[in-house]
Amino acid sequence: MTKEEKYILAEWAMNHALKAGAQQVSVNISNSKNSSIEVREEKIDKLEQATQNNLTIRLFVDKKYSAHSTNRLKKDELAGFIEEAIAGTKYLAEDELRTLPEPELYYKGDGKDLQILDTAFNSVSPEKKIEMAFAAEKEVLGTDERIISVSTSYYDGLNERVMLASNGFKGDTSSSYYGIDASVSVKSGDARPSADWSESAIFFDKLSKNNIGKIALDKALKKIGQKKIASGKMSMIVENRQMGRIFGPLVSALRGSAIQQKNSFLIDKLGKRVISEKLSVTDNPFVIGGRGSRHFDGEGLATTKRTIFDKGILKTYYIDTYYAKKLNTEPTSGSITNLVFETGNKDLQGLIHAVKKGVLVTGFNGGNSNGTTGDFSFGIEGFLIKNGEIIQPVSEMNITGNMLELWSNIGEIGNDINTNSSWLIPSVLFESVDFSGT
Amino acid sequence: MRNYLDHFEVSTETLQKVIAAAMSKGGDYADLYFEHKTSGNLGLEDGKVNRAFSNVDFGVGIRVLKGDQTGFAYTETLSLNEMLNAAKLAASIANENSTFRPNKTEEKIPSDFYSISKKWDDISVKDKVPFVQKINDKVFELDEKVIKVNAFLNDETSYILFYSSEGRLTYDYRPMVNFGVVCTMQKGDKIENFYSARSFRKGFEWLNDDLVAELAREVVDGTNLLFEAGKPKAGEMPVVMGAGGSGILLHEAIGHTFEADFNRKGTSIFSDKMGKKVAENFINIIDDGTLPNNRGSINIDDEGNDAQKTYLVKDGVLNSYIHDRISANHYHVTPTGNGRRESFRNVPLPRMRATYMEAGPHSKDDIISSVDYGVYVDNFSNGEVKIGAGDFTFFVKSGFLIEKGKLTQPIKDINIIGNGPEALADISMAANDYAIDNGTWTCGKSGQSVPVTCGLPTVLVKSLTVGGTNA
Repeated sequence: MTKEEKYILAEWAMNHALKAGAQQVSVNISNSKNSSIEVREEKIDKLEQATQNNLTIRLFVDKKYSAHSTNRLKKDELAGFIEEAIAGTKYLAEDELRTLPEPELYYKGDGKDLQILDTAFNSVSPEKKIEMAFAAEKEVLGTDERIISVSTSYYDGLNERVMLASNGFKGDTSSSYYGIDASVSVKSGDARPSADWSESAIFFDKLSKNNIGKIALDKALKKIGQKKIASGKMSMIVENRQMGRIFGPLVSALRGSAIQQKNSFLIDKLGKRVISEKLSVTDNPFVIGGRGSRHFDGEGLATTKRTIFDKGILKTYYIDTYYAKKLNTEPTSGSITNLVFETGNKDLQGLIHAVKKGVLVTGFNGGNSNGTTGDFSFGIEGFLIKNGEIIQPVSEMNITGNMLELWSNIGEIGNDINTNSSWLIPSVLFESVDFSGT
Repeated sequence: MRNYLDHFEVSTETLQKVIAAAMSKGGDYADLYFEHKTSGNLGLEDGKVNRAFSNVDFGVGIRVLKGDQTGFAYTETLSLNEMLNAAKLAASIANENSTFRPNKTEEKIPSDFYSISKKWDDISVKDKVPFVQKINDKVFELDEKVIKVNAFLNDETSYILFYSSEGRLTYDYRPMVNFGVVCTMQKGDKIENFYSARSFRKGFEWLNDDLVAELAREVVDGTNLLFEAGKPKAGEMPVVMGAGGSGILLHEAIGHTFEADFNRKGTSIFSDKMGKKVAENFINIIDDGTLPNNRGSINIDDEGNDAQKTYLVKDGVLNSYIHDRISANHYHVTPTGNGRRESFRNVPLPRMRATYMEAGPHSKDDIISSVDYGVYVDNFSNGEVKIGAGDFTFFVKSGFLIEKGKLTQPIKDINIIGNGPEALADISMAANDYAIDNGTWTCGKSGQSVPVTCGLPTVLVKSLTVGGTNA
């Protein structure tokens, strides 16, 4: 579907819902196109291609609320779908706080190009894609006799979306992505440790295409001889690409729904120092070429740059229109865009050198964090550090603690931002973490 | 069968044309997986059933195999043209011109492991709302410390039509319901919450007041326990896994590493263990797609094969991997009915169904009293495994310390980690109280989620590494 076709259909669906009894409506129509090629043993293991469409309609009917989505976009079927949805909505309880956003908060369409779409998306040939998947495999195949399996893949995708709301919002957005990843397994005794590496980009020209297989192999080989070490309190460095697992629970605790439903350990903490003053994080929707960049959120609210933590002081929550009303405050937007960390002075090696005894965490294995209390416990693997040097690979251990305590015990923040994510996070050194091992 | 062909507005002639296009480049095998899924979700927050969501998903996935290689495409529009286009894309995994001679169509009537009387797609929102409201009211009634309740009722109905280049024509009708409640309580300045749910392939007739009362009681008791809970000492110790949900041990420690795609690629730690003794003689582990109305059951798998009851470990010996079509061909064995996919948008993979251990010779009391210091765990939220290293984990929402053979202090929010083959060999006792857990278990692999369940009798694992604090 072209953008114009999506707008026409969205407008038709919106008007149909208004005629059928809804007082307010918003409609999202999206389509995406993606492909992936997975390679093993110098053959294509899996070739997948797809395009998909979706329409989502949010209905506000007699102070009652529901949302519905479908991939069947023929008008005659949609008409019945919408009418049935409206009829069902009438059986719900009233909720006066459910409304579309105030129109003055909508994005007005005057933002600069955030460069999240590669307009040359359709020009990458299938042959080129296959060649890249094979190239990553070729880097490592046959280079080490301990290799038992190499699997590499190329993937890409294009997402396009238009959105209309009956009180005056109209907006569209498109984005692209490309990626290559490699997974290598090696054998050492009974264990078959494996490691992955991936690179991704919004623009094909910016996709890093070399060393992906090599890095995966190197990481797998370094895991040979993994074992658990004695339990104890130690320093912990979490590698940049793994930081999402540790920062995620803090972000979840900032959601308006979690605050209002008492399912957060950051209730009533606005303006207070809740974690180490070494941490400052901004949510910046306007990073050029940022993975999370956008001018408007899922409701159409104009995005703004916001400080989340300023030297450990909590500055804002993520609150959408509904929970803003429930909490009797102003909406800030319910969605996270790009999280930009203020960096320190050292790279990963520098952080390692600063550790007397500790563990560099390079992977998580399960575990969870309690959203209400912040108590966490995660399985980890990585490397033992002694006197600033990596000594040996470790695995089958847990770290356990509380999110607020962990983040209050920051030793140092690195400067090695992971640019493969919308969360622009460096590696971080934490002090005094409880490890379980032998 | 006619009904299913009509449902998707296709004829057997159309199916044959699409299969012919899929096989036109010399594939060994092709299949078409038509799916129409509708789901409804009712949510309660702050005392009112004030939100509803629904979803419709419709399309056909077309897969072509050439040896171990897969070509796959799908379309959401079932016109002949669109299906032929998708078939040609999938066909390109093979690369020679070939003429396919269609096999005679063989209609296969599937088993019926989940017959229901009241179909979800015939039930109005109006009839569902009262149950969600009742569970809220019941939870508030049971304990004055309750400050928030979230309740939900999700139902799902899938119609599936399957046709393969071998001529197999079959279908499935898959209902699913998931009913649950989250309770948040405050005691002094402490806030805790707990979650209880049940999920089955059952119809609307399943909902009743007893079920509401049972879930409400369970969630209130579960929340109350957390206020008293602490953390164990960090380190290795015996772990007693309570009957039921502790089946997550089998799912993570053993189940995934038995999935034959990993073994075919040599990447699983169990890759060379077939036929070998991996556990005590009294241990029998099963992956079963045939339990009546179970969340993990399937009448056919998503490759048109019969669901089965498969012994993974029999009398302590590794007896079978978990196979899809590709791996079964690779190992020259008959498929086990484990080829499953999230939807028509995905390729099938070897996946678990209901994974459980049969009852053993010991008693629960004997097992607990045999432990000097350890933990007893019976409520979990999630788990994970590293297939090659064999390290698996599960996250314990709540349990108890065991001190001198007795359950003492409640514990909560700890991760437990172990190594699959070692843990399996370390199961030294199993009780006679086997139970399946009917919570909302969902298994994720390669970005695809499928419903599963698990079960276990009370067992003793001699040593696992338990998350906790250091003095």
